[in-house]
Amino acid sequence: MTAAMAQARPFDRSVLRNLMNARCEADWICQLREQAFELFESKRNEALDPEEYKRVDLRAFRPERFTWVPERTERIEFDTLMARRAEFAGNVVHVDGHCLEARLSEEYAAKGVLFGDLVTLLADHREILEPHLFSAVEPAADRFSAWHAAFWTGGTVLYVPRNVELTQPLHSLIALDRTGAADFSHTLVILEEGAKATLLEETTSAQADSPGMHVGAVELILKPGSQLRYVQLQNWNDKVWHIAHQSGRVDRDAFLQWTVGGLGSRLSHIHQHVHLDGRGAQAQVNGVTFATDRQVLSYYTQQTHHAPDTRSDLLYKDVLRDMARVIWRGMIKVDPAAQKTDGYQRNDSLMMSEEARADAIPGLEIEADDVRCTHGATAGRVDEEQLFYCMCRGLERREAMHMIVEGFFQIVYDRIPVEIVRETLSQAVEKKLGIGD
Amino acid sequence: MSSLLKISDLHVSVGETPILRGVSLEIRQGEIHALMGPNGSGKSTLAYALVGHPKYEITGGSIEIDGSPLNELDPCERARLGLFLAFQYPVTIPGVKVSDFLRHAVSNIRNPNRKEGEGLIPMREFRKELKSLMEELGMDTDFARRYLNEGFSGGEKKRMEILQLAMLKPKFAILDETDSGLDSDAVRVVSEGLRKLSGPQMGVLIITHHERLLEYNVPQFTHVMLAGRIVETGDAALAHELHNHGYATVRERHPQEAAEEQSRHEAAVTAG
Repeated sequence: MTAAMAQARPFDRSVLRNLMNARCEADWICQLREQAFELFESKRNEALDPEEYKRVDLRAFRPERFTWVPERTERIEFDTLMARRAEFAGNVVHVDGHCLEARLSEEYAAKGVLFGDLVTLLADHREILEPHLFSAVEPAADRFSAWHAAFWTGGTVLYVPRNVELTQPLHSLIALDRTGAADFSHTLVILEEGAKATLLEETTSAQADSPGMHVGAVELILKPGSQLRYVQLQNWNDKVWHIAHQSGRVDRDAFLQWTVGGLGSRLSHIHQHVHLDGRGAQAQVNGVTFATDRQVLSYYTQQTHHAPDTRSDLLYKDVLRDMARVIWRGMIKVDPAAQKTDGYQRNDSLMMSEEARADAIPGLEIEADDVRCTHGATAGRVDEEQLFYCMCRGLERREAMHMIVEGFFQIVYDRIPVEIVRETLSQAVEKKLGIGD
Repeated sequence: MSSLLKISDLHVSVGETPILRGVSLEIRQGEIHALMGPNGSGKSTLAYALVGHPKYEITGGSIEIDGSPLNELDPCERARLGLFLAFQYPVTIPGVKVSDFLRHAVSNIRNPNRKEGEGLIPMREFRKELKSLMEELGMDTDFARRYLNEGFSGGEKKRMEILQLAMLKPKFAILDETDSGLDSDAVRVVSEGLRKLSGPQMGVLIITHHERLLEYNVPQFTHVMLAGRIVETGDAALAHELHNHGYATVRERHPQEAAEEQSRHEAAVTAG
């Protein structure tokens, strides 16, 4: 079986049938897939929203070169950034869209925590999960969300019951292995009232140069008073196309801390949305991206305040080298009812070469009259006076450049309380810079 | 044997504008030299040119340490040969901790052949040394964990420069108005700090408008710069005289340079 077979019309109805037959999924799931497929059919040739996509060049993206992998059982060894760094209370491993491992500590399982694969858990716990599936990411949003909703392959689910606090973090790994494999993984996290958890997720490629595709979704559902720390570290090889809709819904007095690392992929475009749904809800969004060679990393971030007294705070730091390109489009929206909102967004780009290019476009849409919303963006090359100063203290130009870049990211690391995340990001950056181990 | 920093007939331009027009100066390890002169006479230009700022182009003459020329070396190579500039306006480097920065700097200066990624000076040894020097300079050791110069007051920045001087122990230190913008307490701290550090192993060039730094660090030589040249050299008494009476008598004694200074000033005003 080769995953790279040519297809006249990729991801058509017959492919969907094969997928559903292979999975023997429940009728309600098949119906959702069929509905999403209709959406996909109607949207696949529709123009994408220029507001979001006009700077994202998808001309070289050829869906027909990628296929869903029907079967996958053999285990492989991966180079992961986080898996061996800490004691995790549970871990899930997906390869080419199939879950190969799912483990949760007995202690947490006994408290009613669910942690594992979406396919299995939907079958066993429909009553808990069904109301939340596609409640944060809307299949009709665009071509990619519809495509994902029709063909989702699995993904990591975390459910934490009311007032259960998980002190140990959980780990989720999404990997691509075979050439031409398509991954449609769907991360679904539900924290009931007063629950607390930390989920560290990373994406990786088993092979250094096999092309792959990820059309994914992330849904984070925070009930009143809950607290979630969620990290997604995107570390595919540079032949992978990564397009995802990621959305968090934060209810009354809940707190979401969401950290995004963007290191890998040939091209990635992430639509990241935090909704502040209930009074007193808070979200902090941290982004660390480092693009090199000809990589294109694109982020469309939205912070929508639906309720009063809510707070959102977004900081992205981007470093670019070589011919790389980073695009960030940010938007804070404040509904008429969301008085006393405090919204903040900032994006800083640092360019290590003359050929790199960064576009940062912040935006505000405010319909309430008693709010504080601020935004800002900076972009520039590494400062020559800083380099000169470092060199006057015996640092070679290259070492000085690296120190300044690491300092640039340090400002985001300082916002991240989980040490392993700080360490992982910092070492991944060092590795990409060509220093350290 | 003591080292010699030798500056011969140095000409330096910034862009198209010649600033230094034939500066010669010899500094031996263990000597203290004061460099004085009115604003715009070229003192800071000399400092930047010595350490190799890329905007300060050497158009003639030479800089040598013990006979080996520095003209073609970059600032890093010059620093590793033992040259140090305490900046008048030190930069801020956000996110880079003082201790990390200094540990890299110290490792490179003490092991001039070190390449990036190679071993750093052992942490324990480094911390101990840093802590004791900070205490000696009356600095709060919390500064080691702060980002380089970020949120530092003027006095704190200058003290940080002196701390780096203390850690790096250069053969030749140039202090560019290290005493400017400081209150008298801070000037005292910096002056005393420098006095402790300088000795037979360090040649010092103090660029200053004030006398205070020189009270604690009495120069054997005082040089006066006017319009890009050193027009007079004397001893500590000359510094004292300039401090009390200004540059009027120097200008009278050197009418040609004074005229050049005037025409430069007018050109700058016209250009502005």
